[in-house]
Amino acid sequence: MREDKKTPSVRKLRVRKSHIKTRLVLFLLLTAALMLTVIFAQQICPYDPNAQDTSISLQPPSLEHLAGTDRFGRDMFSRILVGLQTSVLSTLCLVVIITVAGTAAGILCGYYGGILDSVVMRISDVCLAFPGLVFALAIASLLGGGLHNAVFALAVISWPKYARIARSQTLSVKNTDYISAARLAGGNSIQIIIRHVLPNSIGPILVTSMLDIGTMLMELAGLSFLGLGAQPPTAELGNMMSGGRSMLQTYPWVIIGPGIAIFAAVVIFNLLGDTFRDYLDPRNSRRN
Amino acid sequence: MQIEGKNLSFRYGPKLPWVLKDVSLTVKEGERVGLVGPSGYGKSTLVRILAGYLKPEEGQVLLDGKPLPAKGVCPVQLIYQHPENAINPRWKMKKVLQESGMFREDIMGALGIEKDWLQRYPRELSGGELQRFCVARSLFPGTHFLFADEMSTMLDVITQAQIWDLMLKEVEARNLGLLMVTHNMELAKKICTRTINLEKMNHEMKI
Repeated sequence: MREDKKTPSVRKLRVRKSHIKTRLVLFLLLTAALMLTVIFAQQICPYDPNAQDTSISLQPPSLEHLAGTDRFGRDMFSRILVGLQTSVLSTLCLVVIITVAGTAAGILCGYYGGILDSVVMRISDVCLAFPGLVFALAIASLLGGGLHNAVFALAVISWPKYARIARSQTLSVKNTDYISAARLAGGNSIQIIIRHVLPNSIGPILVTSMLDIGTMLMELAGLSFLGLGAQPPTAELGNMMSGGRSMLQTYPWVIIGPGIAIFAAVVIFNLLGDTFRDYLDPRNSRRN
Repeated sequence: MQIEGKNLSFRYGPKLPWVLKDVSLTVKEGERVGLVGPSGYGKSTLVRILAGYLKPEEGQVLLDGKPLPAKGVCPVQLIYQHPENAINPRWKMKKVLQESGMFREDIMGALGIEKDWLQRYPRELSGGELQRFCVARSLFPGTHFLFADEMSTMLDVITQAQIWDLMLKEVEARNLGLLMVTHNMELAKKICTRTINLEKMNHEMKI
């Protein structure tokens, strides 16, 4: 009988919460499937992605070649799998780099303040002042092509966002009584940062980085598409699309295949990020 | 041991008005001092300065004639007005006590902390229960002074009596110096050996 006495809003909240949980599990499974594909791409792909055979160039999708072949007769399906691996792994690498670097910079700035804070935050202002992709283009062309340089260029333009979030979180945590109690108990600054500041400011940062995976995947593929990322013959979704763009009307599978792969990966990561954010949102939570 | 604030002056910014001006006071070990005064007269600020958490703009805080140690456990421990803000919300209570090395049966027994509470998060305990943990974790072997900043204000009267009862036993057993900030004159009369009225001492405020 007590169940019936619950207010409707509480019941609604519970339904929503369990709803989010189901979605979270679903998208986690999808992401796991994607990650398994990415990790074992070399083992799954039916053909050598770099083996050329001009006698079978530009064949449409068939049972033999699931996504057709490109103009050098390379199997598109194998190239998409390996290209996905290159794109996704470098994206994850990029997101980890900017999350760690941005968070570290932000927490140190927020915690110590003073000159360090002013200098680092002005540098971040400079990075934020340019339109993102244009600045990345400038850096990438300065450093020359190559996947590493593209990752570096994107890292340079993306870390300030994380630094700002981490800094504002740190500023709000820094002045709480439990920090002062920890200091009176003899904790030094490093201990306080690791034990108290970091765990209490990491939530929004993690959500942001989850939501950023999709964006970064697109931007990295974008740089490669413009010829500033992975260089041929490395299979990477962006430069595969770039290589096929003249054939969009004649042999569309050469460009549509990698396009669908990017689309699917971005959608999966975005859905996971969104659900993760909803899951952590206190408004959807029964905890006080 | 005694802690002494000498001609302390403090303000929260270079051009802001003085919160404290030329305030001096001494607390000896074994003494129970009540610090009273109207809101906004710098009681909490004074306590934080004496614990070394804020630096006074003028004057100094001396522990037996020497400045407070900068490292290690501070001999002056604070107990805060809002225990729910004074404990890291992501830690279970057991870890809170372990951090300060106060995960000891005798202390938990003395403060009436039940075993069952140790596996909970701070949000799963009431204010009075949390405040006991705050007292427990302040009782380091090196603690000589406990400064309680309105520590029982938000508790109901029965819980107030309980927690003061438990705390005074520890204070007496260890011969600690106690400085309590309160608005409640009756409580101050009951507990303290003497009271200080900040309204009469804070020179700036008298104008």
